[in-house]
Amino acid sequence: MSARWEVLSGDEAGTLPEGEGLRLNLARRYRVASLWRAFFVAAVLVAIVSLTALLYNVIDQAFGLVAVQNTVEPASLAVGGVPLAEQTSEQLLTLLQQRVPSAVLRRMESEQPLAQRSREDLNALVLERVVQLRVLKSWPLHLSLLDREAIEAQVGEQYPQARLVFRSWLTPEFLTRSQSSTPALAGVRTALLGSLWTIAITLLVAFPLGVGAAIYLEEYARDSWINRALQTNISNLAGVPSIIYGILGLAMLVRGLEPLTSGAWFGAVDPTTANGRTILSAGLTLALLVLPVVIINAQEAIRAVPRSLRLASYALGATQWQTIWHHVLPSALPGILTGSVMAMSRAIGETAPLVVVGASTFIAVDPSGPFSKFTTLPIQIYQWTSRPQDQFRNIAAAAILVLLALFLTLNASAVLLRNRYSRRYVS
Amino acid sequence: MTIPAPLSAQPALDRTRAIEARGLDVYYGAFRAIKGIDLEVTRNRVTALIGPSGCGKSTLLRALNRMNDLIPGSRVQGQVLFRGQNIYDASVDPVQVRRRIGMVFQKPNPFPKSIYENVAWGARLNGFRGDMDGHVERALRQAALWDEVKDKLAESAMALSGGQQQRLCIARAIAVKPEIILMDEPASALDPIATLRIEDLMRALAMDYTIVVVTHNMQQAARASDDTAFLLMGEDRAGILVEFGSTRQLFTNPKDKRTEDYITGRFG
Amino acid sequence: MHVVREDSSGQAADGSATKAESPLDLRRRPRVGERIIQGLLLLCGLVSIVTTLGIVYVLGKESLLFFGSRGVTLAKFLGSTRWQPVIGEFGIWPLVSATLSTTTIALLVALPLGLGVAVYLSEYASPRMRSVLKPVLEVLAGVPTVVYGYFALTFVTPLLRSILGRNLVEIYNTASAGLVMGILILPLVSSMSEDALSAVPRSLREASYALGATRLETAIQVVVPAALSGIAAAFILAVSRAVGETMIVSIAAGAGPAFTLNPFRAAETMTGHIVRISGGDLSYDSIDYNSIFAIGLVLFAITLTLNAISRRVVQRFREVYE
Repeated sequence: MSARWEVLSGDEAGTLPEGEGLRLNLARRYRVASLWRAFFVAAVLVAIVSLTALLYNVIDQAFGLVAVQNTVEPASLAVGGVPLAEQTSEQLLTLLQQRVPSAVLRRMESEQPLAQRSREDLNALVLERVVQLRVLKSWPLHLSLLDREAIEAQVGEQYPQARLVFRSWLTPEFLTRSQSSTPALAGVRTALLGSLWTIAITLLVAFPLGVGAAIYLEEYARDSWINRALQTNISNLAGVPSIIYGILGLAMLVRGLEPLTSGAWFGAVDPTTANGRTILSAGLTLALLVLPVVIINAQEAIRAVPRSLRLASYALGATQWQTIWHHVLPSALPGILTGSVMAMSRAIGETAPLVVVGASTFIAVDPSGPFSKFTTLPIQIYQWTSRPQDQFRNIAAAAILVLLALFLTLNASAVLLRNRYSRRYVS
Repeated sequence: MTIPAPLSAQPALDRTRAIEARGLDVYYGAFRAIKGIDLEVTRNRVTALIGPSGCGKSTLLRALNRMNDLIPGSRVQGQVLFRGQNIYDASVDPVQVRRRIGMVFQKPNPFPKSIYENVAWGARLNGFRGDMDGHVERALRQAALWDEVKDKLAESAMALSGGQQQRLCIARAIAVKPEIILMDEPASALDPIATLRIEDLMRALAMDYTIVVVTHNMQQAARASDDTAFLLMGEDRAGILVEFGSTRQLFTNPKDKRTEDYITGRFG
Repeated sequence: MHVVREDSSGQAADGSATKAESPLDLRRRPRVGERIIQGLLLLCGLVSIVTTLGIVYVLGKESLLFFGSRGVTLAKFLGSTRWQPVIGEFGIWPLVSATLSTTTIALLVALPLGLGVAVYLSEYASPRMRSVLKPVLEVLAGVPTVVYGYFALTFVTPLLRSILGRNLVEIYNTASAGLVMGILILPLVSSMSEDALSAVPRSLREASYALGATRLETAIQVVVPAALSGIAAAFILAVSRAVGETMIVSIAAGAGPAFTLNPFRAAETMTGHIVRISGGDLSYDSIDYNSIFAIGLVLFAITLTLNAISRRVVQRFREVYE
């Protein structure tokens, strides 16, 4: 055996470095390793810094100093010694009829008759139309904190009549006020309600349909080409851009099924729209959008249920549906819920499909049912961002904070659900 | 970071001792896998580590080239002396240790590259200068694989049979010119014919390298090794070295009764 | 207690008569309830088919109407570089070029950085770092795109303008939109790439270490090449996502088609155009209305193809390692 190898020993084709050469080789390799590592760390930093910048930007615009001035002082509107804040609906109504131009009055009537509006609504209208607190200029937070003297000087020069106050654009009133063309008086109430109504419809439609389809695919479907095609189809749909769903919703739901979505079938048509651009269309469009995601998530949750559980049930003589209803579904439910909540948190932020379906540009009246005109929170943000005036930036930032709060709450609940779910199986 | 001085700069204190473990304990977290191992491996011989499953043979083997470092929570007490230096010293770079003490694994794990690249990559990485084609050929010849692959060096290594892949892994290890080659049950995933070829190879390689092989197959140890170490799991589930000696002596005239019981098949 | 055993015919083993003389009825019961439920569930599954058919039908029919209108031909649609509906010009290239422009910039950001984050998470990160980084990435992936659009318009554009000069960078430009889109897509690339890297078996890494390779050399020269097809699938999916993105470009990139490759000027993408047209006054069956569907068809075709390719690649990648 030794003879076989003799021809090779002593016949070196090359050398591996030793001594100084080895030290240089290693030094070079470690240097290269440090450079690459720096790149990886930089990539990670970019991600973290971007998120921070995003949040900083929003917060920066949502709080800051403003220069304010009343067009008409509220004090001068006191009637017989009764200040504005304590006046009755009739007094407020009279005030409006005296001070507001008739064209504007007519439009307000057509939205909703003034006599039927609540006292708070009339009060808000008086503030908006008569007192007209105007925000002349706003500054972002970092300037407000760091450069206050410069701002004060600027205000002294340009707006001598105005006061300088610190304002948080996100206030409880912001949440309860409705839309307005004056940024300082605008609120997200209608948009928020629109979002909630829409998501409710989405959930009601997508959850049963999605879970039903998932049960069918996982428990009943045999491995035939039809079912595989169905599965591929769902995967495809999950990747289609959301705007295509908007186009689908526009053509099929708003236009094609107009009698249904406008409420004509039910005789509940909203007087101000009489077309298919309603909350129902929006909710159904979003339901189609999230349906593939709900199905895929539910399928994974159902697949994770151990086979032994099903076998035990069958061995006791249970039918397939009994097994599913009493054993599989309860076991898979946390996973299904987690997936659905995540899908909802995504749906709540969707803008493009709803713009295409036909969100209204300006509505000041709360949605009263599925057949009302609608606007949603992200759409409101989109519209405000598109306006050039500075102050619309501020309220857009405030609205973003509301949206982020909603979104993070939904996300956090999904994560909590997921943690409880995994703990159950670990123990 | 400071680059540790190359191992080769250290004087070789003992020309016959390739690597030595002294009072070696290996822990995984709080669990002690092997305890108090004292082992001297002689240069240019095949040393086999045998024992029932779970007694820590693989742990001991991996401790010899610091592959245990890759397992989170693993810890070593005691020393492993190579070229007069404790390789677990804080100043020692494991990357350098592994260049000189190579490893072949139980399940063949060639890279998803061509056959040529599999052999050349390690050498190139470590700064090989010279005729790479010749170097690759030499390594493949030493691994008894050259004739079978010389016409398809550019093809993927994954297309080879299990036995061929394992010999490729041996060639790959040889290409970085180690002093010691550790083999962790190299033939256990192979068919009997491929197994015999690997055993032949181990003996032939011992002329240029020091081989330490873990095997659960006693006949293989008896056939292919020069020295044998027998390990056993103690009551506290830590592996201990029961007996170490030349293969002939250990198999015909074991000093410890436990060794005799194992060899005659009374357990494990 | 004295137990009398029965044999299968109902006779007692000791000859005495037993109460049940009739044989056991093992016939299949018609379980109507089960059948109904199964049918209902199948209907649920079919909703997805209806959706796909709906999309194809809607896009197809209206596109045909569009191409049937006066002055519009498929050749001019695909060939012309002017989109001016007022004078009847409907060449799609201005919109496509803007989409290409934003997509390219987004990919230039998302692909290298996403892959870098993935390698870091897979090969370097400590558990503590992972527990910080993973949620950050999840949030980045989930923030509504309208918020990203706001960020692009109110932060990134002014930043670019102050760094590169107000004359160079317009208020609406594709560069800001592209950069922010890149940040949106980064988590997608990094999570898919990390999955691919994790699928590479440990034994390959061990083989590399055993040859005296450093951690970086193992990661870059062994693990990444072994995971390459999975990473490629991630890249393809990123392209698809970027092409279909709407709100960021709608807010920050500009309104009004412009055939330009300069990323610092305003331009409208395919998606931005659809949003603008449908958000305004729209009469059904006008040529503007139909043009939405034609553009939508192109968008659908592109994203569908890319997604299908990506899925096939991932499938084949998984087959290799399992």
